[in-house]
Amino acid sequence: MTAGRGGSRGAGASLALHATLVVASLVAVFPVAWLVLTSIKPRDAWQSSRVEMFHDPTLANYAQVLGDTAFPRWLVNSLFVAALTTVLGVLLAATTGYAVSRFRFPGFRSIMWMLLVTQMFPVATLIVPIYNLLAALGLVNQFPGLVIAYLTTTVPFCAWMMKGYFDTVPVEIDEAGRVDGLTPFGTFWRLILPLSRPGLAVAAFYSFITAWAEVAYATAFMTGDDKYTLAVGLGQFVGQHKAEWGLLTASSVLIAVPAAVVFLLVQRHLVTGLTAGATKA
Amino acid sequence: MTTQVVDAAAPGPGARGRRPRARGGTRHWYAWAMCAPVVIVTLVLVGYPLARGVYLSLTDATEANMGRTIGMNTIPSTYEFVGLSNYAGIVTSAEFLTRLGWTVTWTVVCVALHYGLGLGLAMLLNRPLRLRSLYRVLLVLPWAVPAFVSAFVWRYLLNGEFGVVNAMLRAAGLGGVDWLDDPLWAKVSVIAVNVWLGVPFMMLALLGGLQAIPRELYEAAEVDGATPWRRFRHITLPGLRPVAGTVVLLGTIWTFNQFPVIYLVTRGGPGGSSEILVTYAYRQAFEGIRNYSGSAAWGVLILALLVVMAVVYRRALRTRGEAW
Repeated sequence: MTAGRGGSRGAGASLALHATLVVASLVAVFPVAWLVLTSIKPRDAWQSSRVEMFHDPTLANYAQVLGDTAFPRWLVNSLFVAALTTVLGVLLAATTGYAVSRFRFPGFRSIMWMLLVTQMFPVATLIVPIYNLLAALGLVNQFPGLVIAYLTTTVPFCAWMMKGYFDTVPVEIDEAGRVDGLTPFGTFWRLILPLSRPGLAVAAFYSFITAWAEVAYATAFMTGDDKYTLAVGLGQFVGQHKAEWGLLTASSVLIAVPAAVVFLLVQRHLVTGLTAGATKA
Repeated sequence: MTTQVVDAAAPGPGARGRRPRARGGTRHWYAWAMCAPVVIVTLVLVGYPLARGVYLSLTDATEANMGRTIGMNTIPSTYEFVGLSNYAGIVTSAEFLTRLGWTVTWTVVCVALHYGLGLGLAMLLNRPLRLRSLYRVLLVLPWAVPAFVSAFVWRYLLNGEFGVVNAMLRAAGLGGVDWLDDPLWAKVSVIAVNVWLGVPFMMLALLGGLQAIPRELYEAAEVDGATPWRRFRHITLPGLRPVAGTVVLLGTIWTFNQFPVIYLVTRGGPGGSSEILVTYAYRQAFEGIRNYSGSAAWGVLILALLVVMAVVYRRALRTRGEAW
């Protein structure tokens, strides 16, 4: 509760509060920290269960991942797929989100249900039929095919989130736009979208991260190793010889760190975007 | 204030619209046009596969009798329509009840822990507190790491021989545990990993919800001498309900279908003991002789279960006036 009298909390209570939060933070951070530490240990150090912080720190694993494997190629593939998913996904989600935020039209309820139900689809059910569909269109092992598959995941969620965001933009702005003779689409494009940049940024981020980290579709649809994304490529380090944990950890860090940094910058808006509609109700 | 809606019949005062237009119809036309791309993409990529999945689930299609093209040769499909026998076979199998029981346990335990821990941490972070932003960033970190990387890290941490978790247990004088190789511990492990992954989202969402509760309510209650517990029960919980409604529904769906954690951490093992419905269905379709029809039937059943759950849930919310 909001303990309006800040500072009047007893020393004991303060200690307990901080202790709880410190423990929780440690639990949250430890696995990630351990990953980073392992990645800068020598090749075979992962086989030691001794808990030691630094033991001959080295960047050898990184050098090998970047120099001797197809990692850079997969990185470019991932960036391309994720960027395309983001741009298309945000455009589609924004128009739909605006429509369900502002208009009550016949079919409104069905669309809201569709957005929700689409999130329930188990990957396992869709993956075979989508594969067949893409095969029929000649899109297997093609980036556009993968992007289309990702859009089915990202667009419903982003549209849902954008609806929440648009609900927080005052309707008076739309009305002003229409008074000035703008069409509903013109109002949306010229007035609402520019005002919704934070919401758009969050949707963009979500789309990007989803495409960046997806495994199941990418594994099933991308058959040539020049077309692998990072998530699929990482699997190549397991089993080829034996699990190359050194390479695995180094590439995991390379994949996770940029994502995490951007994520931490936008996380606050991510939740606001998702729950804005609900909290305002 | 609920969602404000542009009323089709309410032109702005003194509208100098250049092109006077028919009211309702035009507005609907725009709404539909703006939704059309999503509806079309969804129908093609979800509707069609779903229809095809339902159809396949009524046949005996497997990798062996599915039509395919090898080089120049096209082999026609030879699978046959078998009605509901796939479903009958699944529903009466011991496998189904075991998987369903574990999936429900998994979902309920995970969501309850997500919500409980998330709410607890959110309430701690909602107090005036030194280092609050730092704590928040640290606590959100698990959500920031791509799920497959997390799953991989946990596999390593929980490794029986080299894992640091066992190393710490041994250092503390306790024996190591076969985290991933013992049926019971494997279940505990995947739940722990999923809780670790899911708490940050709940925490942030509920923190947002807490901050939206007007402070005056607490002040008034305090003046009236309400105990902290009563304030929690009568102000915090009702105040959170709109947010909680959304996130618990989403959390339940996501957990029920949580593929990467189980598939990557235990691979459903040992002996299929930690396999939930989704990973089991995936395995049917992609391992051994690919059993497309069986997998499709499992998928349709999973979807049906979720839709029923969502309908019941939405109805429960609507009776309290909290849904669209």
